[in-house]
Amino acid sequence: MLSIKNLHASIEGTPILKGINLQVNAGEVHAIMGPNGSGKSTLASVLAGREEYEVTQGEVIFQGKDLLELSPEDRAREGVFLAFQYPIEIPGVSTTNFLRTALNQIREYRGQEPLDAVKFLSLMKEKMALVEIDQKLLSRSLNEGFSGGEKKRNEIFQMAMLEPKLSILDETDSGLDIDALRIVSNGVNKLKSPSTATIVVTHYQRLLDYIVPDVVHVLYQGRIVKSGSKELALELEQKGYDWIKEEVDTAKATA
Amino acid sequence: MSIQTKQDLLQGLFTASPSNFISLREQGKEKFLSQGLPNQKSEEYRFTPIAKKLEQAITRFSPASPLSLSKEQVENALIEGFEGDILVFSNGYYHPEFSSRIDGIEVSILSEKPNTPIGSIAKPEKDPFLSLNQATFSDGVFISIPSKFICKKPILLLNLHQELDGQVISPRIWIEVGDFSEVTFIEQGCSLGNSPYFVNKVIEIQGGVQSQISYHRIQHEGNQVIEVSQLETDIQRDARFTSFYLSLSGDLIRNNLSLYLKGSNSVGNMYGISLLQGKSLVDHHTCVDHKEPHAESNELYKGIFGDYSRGVFNGKILVRQDAQKTNAFQQNNNVLLSEEALINTKPQLEIWADDVKCSHGCTVGQLDEEALFYLQARGIEKTTARGLLLFAFIAEVVDKIQVESLQKYIIAQIQERLGSTF
Repeated sequence: MLSIKNLHASIEGTPILKGINLQVNAGEVHAIMGPNGSGKSTLASVLAGREEYEVTQGEVIFQGKDLLELSPEDRAREGVFLAFQYPIEIPGVSTTNFLRTALNQIREYRGQEPLDAVKFLSLMKEKMALVEIDQKLLSRSLNEGFSGGEKKRNEIFQMAMLEPKLSILDETDSGLDIDALRIVSNGVNKLKSPSTATIVVTHYQRLLDYIVPDVVHVLYQGRIVKSGSKELALELEQKGYDWIKEEVDTAKATA
Repeated sequence: MSIQTKQDLLQGLFTASPSNFISLREQGKEKFLSQGLPNQKSEEYRFTPIAKKLEQAITRFSPASPLSLSKEQVENALIEGFEGDILVFSNGYYHPEFSSRIDGIEVSILSEKPNTPIGSIAKPEKDPFLSLNQATFSDGVFISIPSKFICKKPILLLNLHQELDGQVISPRIWIEVGDFSEVTFIEQGCSLGNSPYFVNKVIEIQGGVQSQISYHRIQHEGNQVIEVSQLETDIQRDARFTSFYLSLSGDLIRNNLSLYLKGSNSVGNMYGISLLQGKSLVDHHTCVDHKEPHAESNELYKGIFGDYSRGVFNGKILVRQDAQKTNAFQQNNNVLLSEEALINTKPQLEIWADDVKCSHGCTVGQLDEEALFYLQARGIEKTTARGLLLFAFIAEVVDKIQVESLQKYIIAQIQERLGSTF
């Protein structure tokens, strides 16, 4: 589904990603872990099309299309979804209103009829239950005055509404208490299917108890330095990142 | 051409079109000649180079004659789906043949009402354009709403403008609203041609005790238009006055709005939205004068400026010594969409009473790129996303419009503007 080859990206001239290679197939869950500043969120942002990042080398093919050529909105319409690490507060725009615009523009792109108000509402009700989010919250301004947990739940709710092919969860677990974490993970798990894929970007192993990955990658200094099964995450939890750093640094020194 | 020669040119205006208001005009002329056209050293016109604009754009400083209108022209200019009474004007002259007869309301031309205290609210010494209008207007309209009269439908003042003979249009309107009466006005201008003209308009509104008046202004004339408009209103005890300005175009537009809260427990609301592109300049100079205790004023202006457009906001709040327990709020928020767009904003508070609540705030910002990306990342096209965000920014002001059909029309106008790239 997603194939990243030798991806280099920089921000304001500073290289952050220095040759990422990653293959994600339909039905898979990939976890991307790594110490702070390793480039995890940059990778998520580059995939979603944030303009501040400049891709200097490499390619990203998503379902046969050159993802880097597409505008952020077209990436979303093709089925890429980024759950933001820090969801934005937008005063004056209600979640309901904004989602209806988004959903109908996505449907238009895919050659589908727009949803009328009734169908949209019933879809909303169905998806609200998934993430246990209250309708009152959704008629308010987008994320304005929401708690951290409510914002993250709203992200997953939007994901449920837009039914993406590839979901990228950027530190969706950060700042969540255990109940919220359970609700959010539950939502993600229910949305998983053999035809969709998920990339979970996280600093902590805890989330992976709930969203079980097929593959765990460790990102360090802009490269994937280690990949393994979900046990790798547990190892990282126990030993921290220092041993990985040492391995990399030793390898560099000998090279 | 110097300001002095410009003044000489204006002389042509003073002598043109004999009028019924000889002494008023004479008085206005005297005042104007002592004041002179404001230049950029004049504090009140620092950011609005009107003398220069007039010099560049206007060549024939003589009054524009009334147009011979067709029914079609009037209908084309109307707000779509408008439900209410209509008063039609061309170049400031009243056209009864196209206007509604409004039951219970007197509408006359000013010259038929010689005892109207013209200039008693809009005092010529306040502003050179007030005196210029008084010196040059040839007639106007008188609207009187009797006491305890509730106008259920809004009254639309439809102004059709086009240079004819001269390029100077000097409309003058006097409105009196009786005690306990309620009325809603909508004023809309429409350019029939593409050549420049100068509108110098004065409206005086005398509101009665416990009256409720709202006045909406849609400024969407051609981009060659230079306009100075003055709305001066007296508000009595327990009365409420609300104004709303939507400014969408024009070469240079200056709006002077003054509310004199002359009675206790009166309320003055001033709302405005400027959505500008190209090289338009819109200057809102507002003044609320709290003279009596327990009155309230609310002011909220928002502006979005694209391209090379410019905005000026100057909000004066005057709370006189007797006006204890005054509540006065003022806010002006702006978004600049380009490097070249500019806003000059200035709150001006003068408070002589010691037991009052006054607050003011102004902000200037840019479109939130993070929010834009967020919406795009959900599949919303960039132009739509910008429109959503910008509309959200001004929605608070749009919500203040009480007339539903007008609110719909204004939302449509705003969305049309926001849907375009600017």
